Amino acid sequence: MIASAPSENAALMNRAAVKGRSLWDDSRRRLLSNKAAMAGFIVLGLLILIAIFGPFLWPYPFDTQYRELRDMGPMLEGGHVLGMDIYGRDMVSRIIAGLGVSLAVGAIATFVSLVIGVAWGAIAGFAGGRVDQFMMRIVDVLYAMPFIFLVILVTVVFGRHIFLIFLAIGAVEWMTMARIVRGQTLMLKQKEFVEAARAAGVKPFGLVVRHILPNLLGPVAVYVTLTMPVVILQESFLSFIGLGVQEPLTSLGRLISEGQKELGKPWLLFAPAITMVITLFSLNFIGDGLRDALDPKDR
Amino acid sequence: MSDQVSTSAASRLASRIPWAYIARRILAAIPTMLAIITVAFFLMRAAPGNPYSVDRKLPPEVEANMRASLGLDKPIHEQYLEYLGNVVTGDLGPSMKNKDKTVTELLAEGLPVSLTIGAFAISIALVVGIGLGVAAAVRQNSAADYSAMGLAMVGISIPTFVTGPLLSLIFGLWLSWFAVAGLDLGRMSFYNLTLPIITLALPQIAIISRLMRASMIEVLRSNYIRTARAKGLSERRILMRHAVPAAVLPVVSYLGPAIVGVITGSVVVERVFGLPGIGQSFVDGAMTRDYTRVMGTVILYGGLIIIFNLIADILYAILDPKVRYE
Repeated sequence: MIASAPSENAALMNRAAVKGRSLWDDSRRRLLSNKAAMAGFIVLGLLILIAIFGPFLWPYPFDTQYRELRDMGPMLEGGHVLGMDIYGRDMVSRIIAGLGVSLAVGAIATFVSLVIGVAWGAIAGFAGGRVDQFMMRIVDVLYAMPFIFLVILVTVVFGRHIFLIFLAIGAVEWMTMARIVRGQTLMLKQKEFVEAARAAGVKPFGLVVRHILPNLLGPVAVYVTLTMPVVILQESFLSFIGLGVQEPLTSLGRLISEGQKELGKPWLLFAPAITMVITLFSLNFIGDGLRDALDPKDR
Repeated sequence: MSDQVSTSAASRLASRIPWAYIARRILAAIPTMLAIITVAFFLMRAAPGNPYSVDRKLPPEVEANMRASLGLDKPIHEQYLEYLGNVVTGDLGPSMKNKDKTVTELLAEGLPVSLTIGAFAISIALVVGIGLGVAAAVRQNSAADYSAMGLAMVGISIPTFVTGPLLSLIFGLWLSWFAVAGLDLGRMSFYNLTLPIITLALPQIAIISRLMRASMIEVLRSNYIRTARAKGLSERRILMRHAVPAAVLPVVSYLGPAIVGVITGSVVVERVFGLPGIGQSFVDGAMTRDYTRVMGTVILYGGLIIIFNLIADILYAILDPKVRYE
């Protein structure tokens, strides 16, 4: 009797040790074994580090003009490895600055769309009935609008302030998020654990915040990573046609636009174009990897 | 005999057109169109300062006269209804910066160019995209499949404003196969539109081929294809008569987004190749703060997108009767 106590304890401890993997563990393992996604994470991490610390480490400021070096191609002398633009500004520092703006647009505008989309979708899905119908009808109507052109209209009317562009793009991209969140919420609120929480007396706000939102994390994370490249592309599109960020500030789209006007100096086009493509590739790989990891049945 | 077959096929097609569904969809498109016009109108009225006096200070009497002639002295809801009525009749008002032309005239000038490159790009994208998708699905997991889909991934990730300048650098400047800059109406031979059309079609080819491949793979696994094989039909007939028509549905529903992509792309492409289309006129209008022109173009784009979404929906309903009753 007495001797059996420790072995019983050991058995209990063993059982704890073989505790099953949670769904999140599964997802993490799938993500870690996805080479394209991991490469995407590493490249994106490097790009973010370059955008943040590059301006402090690179000796040439992005807006200083070295007039005697105007239009010079890539050269080792002075370390202007990507050449100089038509005003004699160092292209490496231009690209670092442009990358920073493009990544910042991606982050901020995606965050705006995340906040609006999750709130809208969760409320519509949770409220259900008429409220839901009305809210989603608004989304349907807005969905068919040519939004990027309305953003242009906004910049024409209110001027091209960079935060306005962030906000406008974010305010455009929330609708898909709202649809996804609403669909998930409708499904989740029927689940037993929500019913149990309701029976235990949890108020509607608590139900949404404590029980529904945490379970939305997977699809929302996937959609966030898929929104980032879209948002970066939209800002670049605006900058490319000359309606995005203004001088001396720059973005990748603006740099590509400047390179396109000077086809005789192809280094002005190649470097920002390649940076842009690498950024978009890494984000797309991360998005695809996350989707496969979190939602294996979709593969 | 064959005559009978074709008439019965025609009448069967006529009976398959879901008129009630079409009417419902047209009605549903009206609020969207109205929303576009309304947002555009009130955004313009919300512009800080008076949009009609941005250039120079005018004496107050002159300004009052101008406002009266433009109808700006009326209450806002009257102006709104008037504008709405004008838009319905195709009158988008005078251009604010190009004084001797109306916005409608400006748009009519650019439309042929934009429609030409847009229509060709969409047609090429459909033919090549569907073809590639079917070919990749039939040879699923072969080297050809992987390389085609790898290329498609590249095509999706590289935006028009990168491919356009690169193509014009390589094929225009370096190889001199095409004239690329300043393709005004005089030099705009059809031949020189090749690069703009390819640039516009590439991302759509990539997306459509991926959609088509995925849907073909699913269809080829289904039981009725197995039945067709068991009946001993030729592989070619199975593909053309049984698999492709069913697998093309996702591509049909992608038509709406494809139109948005092509319109957005045409703004870039017209700028890169200097084509005098609507996109170029739109950007010029935005740069010079020509409010009425920008507004008119947004409304035209909105209308085009809604019409093509409508066509896509109706096609879909004809091909797949299930959706009519949802």
